[in-house]
Amino acid sequence: MILRGKKVIALGDRDGVPGGAIDECVKSAGAEVIFSVSECFV
Amino acid sequence: MDLENQARVKDLAEKYGAENVVVVIGGAEAEASGLTAETVTAGDPTYAGPLAGVQLGLSVWHILEDELKQEIDPAVYEDQVSMMEMVLDVDAIKQEVSSIRQQYSKY
Repeated sequence: MILRGKKVIALGDRDGVPGGAIDECVKSAGAEVIFSVSECFV
Repeated sequence: MDLENQARVKDLAEKYGAENVVVVIGGAEAEASGLTAETVTAGDPTYAGPLAGVQLGLSVWHILEDELKQEIDPAVYEDQVSMMEMVLDVDAIKQEVSSIRQQYSKY
């Protein structure tokens, strides 16, 4: 298992998958989000 | 990856232990996603930020990679990610991030 019980740092992208979407996904897999951001990579 | 976020990643890896932290990237294209993955494993390749020369070796994945996707509730993934999955160059992104992980992740 990659995510279960882990602390996740979500580095989202406003033009890709944003941080909030990553948060919802990893929480459903049993991980805890400790930092989440949506960077603009440009 | 901006300097402020590099500092946060470094602090959190120290606080929680690098072996307990997983970085999940949502970058829209392969090269930028690869640079982010490199920064949190091998150190900042531009030598500009707090992670310059710092090899955290974190477990790093892109949200589009199959192994990660398998662990996520399919309904949540469908709601949150599937639209972008249709428009992004998924194969290039997967290849880039997995290549960096295989070279530099320690966990």
